[in-house]
Amino acid sequence: MSNPTKESIGRRSFIKTAGVGVASLLIANQTWARAKKPPLGHVVVIGGGYAGTTAAKYIRLWSANNIAVTVIEKQSQFVSCPLSNLVLGGSKTINDLTFAYDVVQKNHGIHWVQDEVTAIHTDKKKVIMKRGELSYDRLIVAPGVDFNYEDLPQLASLEAQKAIPHAWKAGWQTVNLHEQLSAMRDGGVFVMTVPKMPYRCPPGPYERACQVANYFKKHKPNSKVIILDANPDVVSKKGLFIKAWADEYAGMIDYRPNNLIVDVDINSKTVTTDFETLKADVLNVIPPQRAGKPAQIANLTEPDYPWCEVSFLSYESKSVPMVHVIGDSVAAGLPKSAHMATSQARVCASAIVELMHGRTADHSPVFANTCYSYVDDKQAMHVANVYRYDAGKKIMVSTDGGGVSAKPSLQEGQYANAWAVNIWSDVLT
Amino acid sequence: MPFLAASPVIPSFIFRCFGVLALLFLSGAVHSTESNQSNFIHIRTLAASCAACHGTNGNSHSTTPVLAGLDATYFSNQMLAFKNGGRASTVMHHHAKGLTDDEIMQLSHFFSEQKRISTPPPVPQELKAKHE
Repeated sequence: MSNPTKESIGRRSFIKTAGVGVASLLIANQTWARAKKPPLGHVVVIGGGYAGTTAAKYIRLWSANNIAVTVIEKQSQFVSCPLSNLVLGGSKTINDLTFAYDVVQKNHGIHWVQDEVTAIHTDKKKVIMKRGELSYDRLIVAPGVDFNYEDLPQLASLEAQKAIPHAWKAGWQTVNLHEQLSAMRDGGVFVMTVPKMPYRCPPGPYERACQVANYFKKHKPNSKVIILDANPDVVSKKGLFIKAWADEYAGMIDYRPNNLIVDVDINSKTVTTDFETLKADVLNVIPPQRAGKPAQIANLTEPDYPWCEVSFLSYESKSVPMVHVIGDSVAAGLPKSAHMATSQARVCASAIVELMHGRTADHSPVFANTCYSYVDDKQAMHVANVYRYDAGKKIMVSTDGGGVSAKPSLQEGQYANAWAVNIWSDVLT
Repeated sequence: MPFLAASPVIPSFIFRCFGVLALLFLSGAVHSTESNQSNFIHIRTLAASCAACHGTNGNSHSTTPVLAGLDATYFSNQMLAFKNGGRASTVMHHHAKGLTDDEIMQLSHFFSEQKRISTPPPVPQELKAKHE
């Protein structure tokens, strides 16, 4: 909706509002008109990423369009983080990873509001945005991660991020980082910093190192990649990455663990850790992360931990009833990946549909996670696991039998590409 | 049956027995319906988790095998072979080993019942945002 007036969309007022001619509400209203029963309620989803869009689609599908769904998303387009490291390697462009939301909206009668959430009144079940407000019966908060600049306030501004991009949310910053690498002299040094776990996409930084080294190998063979990792070791696909760095990029990638960044000088692109000070030609600081801002303003995060505790049967917040949290903002020993976000979204969607029908949610959810990393333009490797609800521990536990590739391969490169096409189709159509 | 005929209590006793039996039957039916629904949503949600590679309801794009409408016996045989090592794979054994045999059987039925449909994948477009 381009210019929503101040509105409160409950199960009755939604129809009323649509009836007065707000164009973008008509699609959803027409779908309801075809449905035999009146809507069972209204679910508002904050965030149109992998988690939020999937939840919206599957609530509509599994409720046979009997639950009204509104998504609030700040951006006008969906830009995929998975595969965005390939933009740095040069084998993809950002335009290969950017999509419109119109098809999924139209196919499933999802009401869509492009706006930014400014307040959430969970006691009144109301979401306030810059240009309007919405009422909900249940709320899904799926904002992804927020970057925490408390320790590096000089990097908080957009101006600073033009010089030193994080490129950890795909989009303009990914393009910026690619342009900086393209403009760098041969023999230059690319320094990237990895925050302490948990952060979005555990293997992502190491894949990024491969992609930048792959670009250097072709175009700037005297250049180097230095990884300053705040963690004590490579946190995902360790053996595979270390072998790939040795086999494909010998002498190019310098991995330095236990190296927490404590200061940055933007003008000189100098980074200081507990151990050393380094000057970079291109500097990429991946900041520490926490649950997205809407989760923070709704008080869904823990007092001493910036993530959201949920029930893994429904993803309902442990702090606030009728509010669900899915995706990267969830506090869990689960990898913050796109597939994981969609798996959580479907369990949440299924639970909401059951609960709104007066039934009970699945008491033993099981789902999968597959995450591919490219080591060059064409070869990839995976980590794949099935997770099962443990009724005793009340968490999702990785089952036996999961694991990683024996080695990166061209075949898995094709699988990774097919994964992307399929997950995009599932989320966006 | 003089005993039956002689006792006025018996009809109400029989009635009560039928009542109890009827209640037991009904509660069993309700329980069975709840259990069926619970099982249905368990498998539906698990099956949906396959969509990242195999598409919505098993209608995949690109090179990933289509699961929608796949013969149930073929599906379960392949999955059990991935699980027990009878069929080599790069990825699928990591998924199959995490599922119970019963889940594999139920997934085979779920996917065999899905309609094969062909829908275009989303079309990429130019990024509009210049600063974020």
